[in-house]
Amino acid sequence: MHAESQIREPLILGNKTYSQITDDIIKPVEGKTGKAWYVLFTIATLTFIWGLGCLAYTIGVGIGVWGSNNGVDWAWDITNFVWWIGIGHAGTLISAVLLLFRQKWRLGINRSAEAMTIFAVMCAAIFVLFHTGRVWLDYMLFPLPNQFGSLWPNFNSPLLWDVFAVSTYFTISLVFWYIGLIPDFATIRDRAISPFMKKFYSLLSFGWGGSARHWSRFEEVSLVLAGLSTPLVFSVHSIVSFDFATSILPGWHTTIFPPYFVSGAVFSGFAMVLTLMLIVRRIYNLQAYITVKHVEYMNIVIIVTGSIVGVAYLTELFMSWYSGVEFEQYAFLNRATGPYAWAYWCMMTCNVVSPQLFWFKKIRTSLVATFILSIVVNIGMWFERFVIIVPTLCRTFLPSTWNMYHPTFVDIGIFTGTIGMFFFFFLLFSRYFPVIAQSELKTILKISGEKQKKDAEAHSHSHAPAH
Amino acid sequence: MGTKNKYWKGLPELHQSPEFLQKSRNEFAENLPMEEVLGSESLNASNTSRRDFLKVMGFTTAAVALASCETPVINAIPYVNKPEEVTPGVANFYASTFYDGHDYASVLVKTREGRPIKIEANELSKHNHGTNARTQAAVLSLYDGARLSSPWAKGAPTTWKNADSEIGKALANAGGKEIAILSSTIISPSARAVIAEFVAKYPTTKLYQYDAVSYSALSNANEKVWGKKVVSKYHFHEAKKVVVGVACDFLGNWLSPVEFASGYSHNRKVSKENPNMSKHYHFEANMSLTGANADERFMIKPSEIGKTVAALYNEVAKATGNASVSANGTIASNSNAQKAISKIAKELAEAKGQSLVLCGLNDTDTQVLVNGINKMLDNYGKTVDIENYCNLKQGDDKQFMDLIADMNSGKVGVVMAYNCNPVYTAPVKAGFAAAYKKVPVKISFAQSLDETAQASDYVCPDHNWLESWGDANPCRGHYSLQQPAINPIFAQPRYEGTRQVQDTLLAWAGVKTDYLTYLQAFWQNRVFPMQGKYGDFYSFWSNTLHDGILHIHFAKPVEEVIAPMAKDSSGKPLMTGIATVIADSLGIAKEKIEEKKEEKILAAEEKKIEVDYNAAASKAVSAKGGNWEITVYEKVGLGNGNMSNNPWLHELPDPISKVTWDNYITMHPEDVKAQGFGEMLRQDIEGSMATLTVNGVTVELPVYPQPGQAKGTIGVALGYGRKAETMQVATLVAGANAYDFCTISNDTVQNISAEVSVANANKSYTFAATQIQHTIMGREEWILRETSLGQYKKDAASNNPKTELATHSGKLPINEVDLWAAHDRPGHKWGLTIDMNSCIGCAACVVACSSENNVPVVGKDQIMRTRDMYWLRIDRYYTSDMTRMKAEEEHTGSRQMYLGMENPSHNPKVTFQPIMCQHCNHAPCETVCPVLATNHSNEGLNQMTYNRCIGTRYCANNCPFKVRRFNWYNYNGNPTYATINPIQQDLGRMVLNPDVVVRGRGVMEKCSMCAQRLQAGKLSAKKEGKPLQDGAIKTACQQSCPTNAIIFGDLSDTESKVAKLREDERNYFLLEEIGIKPTVSYLVKVRNQEEEIVWEAEEAAETKAEEKKEEKKEEAHS
Repeated sequence: MHAESQIREPLILGNKTYSQITDDIIKPVEGKTGKAWYVLFTIATLTFIWGLGCLAYTIGVGIGVWGSNNGVDWAWDITNFVWWIGIGHAGTLISAVLLLFRQKWRLGINRSAEAMTIFAVMCAAIFVLFHTGRVWLDYMLFPLPNQFGSLWPNFNSPLLWDVFAVSTYFTISLVFWYIGLIPDFATIRDRAISPFMKKFYSLLSFGWGGSARHWSRFEEVSLVLAGLSTPLVFSVHSIVSFDFATSILPGWHTTIFPPYFVSGAVFSGFAMVLTLMLIVRRIYNLQAYITVKHVEYMNIVIIVTGSIVGVAYLTELFMSWYSGVEFEQYAFLNRATGPYAWAYWCMMTCNVVSPQLFWFKKIRTSLVATFILSIVVNIGMWFERFVIIVPTLCRTFLPSTWNMYHPTFVDIGIFTGTIGMFFFFFLLFSRYFPVIAQSELKTILKISGEKQKKDAEAHSHSHAPAH
Repeated sequence: MGTKNKYWKGLPELHQSPEFLQKSRNEFAENLPMEEVLGSESLNASNTSRRDFLKVMGFTTAAVALASCETPVINAIPYVNKPEEVTPGVANFYASTFYDGHDYASVLVKTREGRPIKIEANELSKHNHGTNARTQAAVLSLYDGARLSSPWAKGAPTTWKNADSEIGKALANAGGKEIAILSSTIISPSARAVIAEFVAKYPTTKLYQYDAVSYSALSNANEKVWGKKVVSKYHFHEAKKVVVGVACDFLGNWLSPVEFASGYSHNRKVSKENPNMSKHYHFEANMSLTGANADERFMIKPSEIGKTVAALYNEVAKATGNASVSANGTIASNSNAQKAISKIAKELAEAKGQSLVLCGLNDTDTQVLVNGINKMLDNYGKTVDIENYCNLKQGDDKQFMDLIADMNSGKVGVVMAYNCNPVYTAPVKAGFAAAYKKVPVKISFAQSLDETAQASDYVCPDHNWLESWGDANPCRGHYSLQQPAINPIFAQPRYEGTRQVQDTLLAWAGVKTDYLTYLQAFWQNRVFPMQGKYGDFYSFWSNTLHDGILHIHFAKPVEEVIAPMAKDSSGKPLMTGIATVIADSLGIAKEKIEEKKEEKILAAEEKKIEVDYNAAASKAVSAKGGNWEITVYEKVGLGNGNMSNNPWLHELPDPISKVTWDNYITMHPEDVKAQGFGEMLRQDIEGSMATLTVNGVTVELPVYPQPGQAKGTIGVALGYGRKAETMQVATLVAGANAYDFCTISNDTVQNISAEVSVANANKSYTFAATQIQHTIMGREEWILRETSLGQYKKDAASNNPKTELATHSGKLPINEVDLWAAHDRPGHKWGLTIDMNSCIGCAACVVACSSENNVPVVGKDQIMRTRDMYWLRIDRYYTSDMTRMKAEEEHTGSRQMYLGMENPSHNPKVTFQPIMCQHCNHAPCETVCPVLATNHSNEGLNQMTYNRCIGTRYCANNCPFKVRRFNWYNYNGNPTYATINPIQQDLGRMVLNPDVVVRGRGVMEKCSMCAQRLQAGKLSAKKEGKPLQDGAIKTACQQSCPTNAIIFGDLSDTESKVAKLREDERNYFLLEEIGIKPTVSYLVKVRNQEEEIVWEAEEAAETKAEEKKEEKKEEAHS
């Protein structure tokens, strides 16, 4: 007999039936869109267009319109790149790693988290593609057969590894996400009344029939993709960290970077998932599926990864002191006390101190507190990347080359533009795609079992008072 | 329930008749004559198949499409008659002379396909070794868009015919009134002869020489002391022991800086065999380039210059047993300086004949004292030469003042301004501009519409020096020729054209010969007889023209015999037969000259001029001080401002402040703080504006905190605040005309004043500097190795520890630790070594590099954003009061220590460190480039493949030296840079070196170690079939260096100079510890100072302990 703690809260609240679940989740797709969606979508679109304008200006005139300079050759571009890639990580972690670990609670959030991954990687790709001085030659980054003889990219360069890592990551995430969507699309197709919707969703659902064979293949593919994605969770951000770790700059040249970057990525990714989920559950009335329990679980992940990140920061400080290397010692002293100390302490507060608040159950289960802290964490993680890149480059080996960095409106415009783009896609997703993997979610719904449990509980309460 | 409407076409459809149904089954209602057409005979008759039809149609479509595209047409027109010496792709070098009234240099002009692109130092010249920044930049002035292309009359272009006739009339009508030729110093003997021709025609003509920056006190003092009104020549290479400078920037601008720099550095080079160097003491208010190089520098106020010299006079008199003067100078602001003087005097007395005392103050009395000091020290005939004097800077302020007075009183009928711009450069007090207006006919020979030309009636534009013939005699016995390296750019038929001043004057004087003929005749008559090397004039002329220079020992100065030359009836100078006559008549056969010289010296001694040193001293010490005192100075880049339309010079960072494109007040940081101005600490580039009033002239200028500036003093540079609108670059730069601040006292122009007030204008101002962190931050060991002479004598490798890595097999030299097996490199292995002891930071190399490698000019805004494009920069570091040792002793925390280290000392010691790509053999940039755009050559160079570069900038991030430069914009096409970047102008583009690619936007660039020169050198060696000689290839920076601080060569050639320097104990590599294996090395700087230079507290303790041990041992022995 399946033994289960009686006090464990169910993952779906409100005694939902299968059909209720379908109704609840597909409602946003079938029903009328609220005003809030239109307002948000307009804002997101305008920001996105502004970002595109800034990007076009950059391509037209040159990278000079950014604030980067001959000392600080990378600044907001790579900060944003790493930040977005990091955000993407939670999606993969939730859908792949938690799948392998059979964490059923992931089913309430995995669809949106994966969508978030896709859009975040798209935002990241914008920076990595457009930060080059000659965008039109970006194809040279790929090992394409060419007429130049045996002219290949430099396989020693971490930037090239990035190209492979990010493109692989994006492809696999996209496929994984889409495969999961197919049964849900089929459900919408089957329920659709309007011919356009029927046509649209039948195209998207690839002729899903719901037969046992389909389901079996679906499960197999999901498992395989989960297996493929799992190493990617670790590899992508490790490789991104190699951009820094393999360099010779004091403050970049550290072996701690791969694990520290991965945990930081998961940290910021979960924070972003929380931000999005708290909005989604409210707007689409999905409180029954994305419960306080989910939020609490995610907050626990945030405590763990946040603490790892905190330990990493302290380890860096210790190592710089312990190494006895003048340049290392100065680099970290400068981070903490130099002209960019405000950014460092902002990062420290947001990333190390603020997640520790989640040790309190009250805060951990408070939606308002979680929402605020999730945003704080993402601000902190943006500053982490900024602190790694800008203050380090401002003060490298030769003091004669020390300088300062000032962003321009274009830097800010492109960054906000990608945020606009992210929400532009996410809002479209939430409007036209089921935001929860409802077919899969149904696998954890045990109507009869739950009922029995409830009955048993009621029974024990009435017959055996607490002793 | 709805009704369905039915629509029908005609009744048959409504009724659905059988015919209708039958018809509707057919696709076409009517029968088409398909069969007939396809089956017709005519079709078969034609040969056009469907394929042909498609072919023809495809071709026409393609042709029409192609014809509508516009392809840019680039015409490469071959020579119809190829000039003999021009081979496309091969550079020609012509020896010539650069002289613009301010700087003199004997140079080689590199031309490509008939256009000058680079100035090189003439290595045959004994006068100047290397060049300065201005000489390097002078090639760009040739292509200055502001140059006039025709003469102007009354503010409008005119023709030469009109100008000549109008001016001819004016000259003829001058009627007894004076015709004044106002010129900067003329060192061309033939030009003087031309003027003599003019004087012969118009006897009321008088030549006034006037230097924008005056040196007339020097010749005045020499007249008083030696009876000769000349400027002495200084032999720095003979001043082997002690050099004392008082407010005299002899390495930067004073008199003949390039010449002095090579002589000076000659005595500053140390080696194990000869561990001696001169000691240089310097007293000054502004931090000058010379002061920055001094071993000991003392800050004094400008009003104390005379007092310092007087005090030194007395101390030297005491030390040498001469009579002292009654007036004694006290340096109230600096007791250390006062104390040091007696010590310096003793050292001077011990170094008789091997020392040199110089003062830059343009005050006759002070200069008399300086002469007295050098006389007491037996320096005359050794380090100071009054016999073979200097011809530069003959300007006489007294004469100039007299001219102004005459102009005011209406005695002057015509003024011709040649090679000078007095409306801009004369002190306001002199009132030149107002007096000039009163002159009936004003003629300017300026090349562009400068301030004087604007105020003139006629502008008769001169050729650029690169288009001109000419000669020069910068000092007695040294002659050089100037030859055109390009046809005049502004010439008929397209333009009315420019005309060389000598030709203009000859024309006006009615001499019907051109200047070249005249010049040759002059040399045949006057110079040829003085030499004994060549037998006939033609070989003399062609050889001298080829060499560019002629050295004559003890020649009689030509100036003394300047007179119009004998002419035939047509007005053509007599060129033949006269030489011997003149030579005989002047008695300048070589032997005779020798005799004469001795006679002369005797004569001078017999003259026994009484010099009243007491009177001179009492006047010299009488200068009054003020709350604020100002020194108006020349910048190393801009000089007196005559080239201030040259963007290369504006972009060139000042060697001391590192500020570009700006005119500012230099003020001691403590004064800056006390006055409440922006302090610019910690990479801050925001300064403040101040309202400055000097002698009643009020301007607004930004304040720059300058360590080493004497407290209570300020400095402002010359050459800014231009008002000539057509000179777009000059007027673009903010600033004020500091010439206005100059005063006149004792008939000499003074560049100092105590009538100064400074007030806060309460405005902020942003500076553009290429370096904004000024100290080394305790990183000497890895970057800036220095030792004291005493330490060096004890141990040649002092302060130069070998970098070692701890490995499993013990400590190993860093070069032996390698992850990879080394490649076999059989060929050349280039290497560059920089002698930090010789580098004076003059920045000639920086401009030379820009000129050679087409480095774009990017302007103030870009430099403010740290985006300068220099491939070679000179880092300038100040010492700080805070050191590791001090922090350890005082238990200062790290943070406080580093904060302290960021602040330079009050009077810091300065080090210059040229930094270019270090061509690391384990280059961090190479591994990170994703597209392999930067890679290593088999000759050991790190090279850039621009075409492959996509601009990720990863390489620049990973470069520990930050020498990589990114093209943030398309500097060659972006309209923002159209005014400042010569590459964007039709004329300016001609300066580009065709051997070097002009980089587009989004591409990384950096020092290539002049790859094009290496290639050219290898090719010529190959053609000759000989192995490459050491020294045959010189990089652009090396060629321009006046002090031989940059040594380039092949490391594979064990006999090469650079390979030998690698074995020197002073050789070290920057940041060697990180394992990058640089190709460029540096030689430890040796400072001639008593205090030892120690970096680490531990080392200091060790050396102290060792000393104690030694002392104990000695005690035990004794």
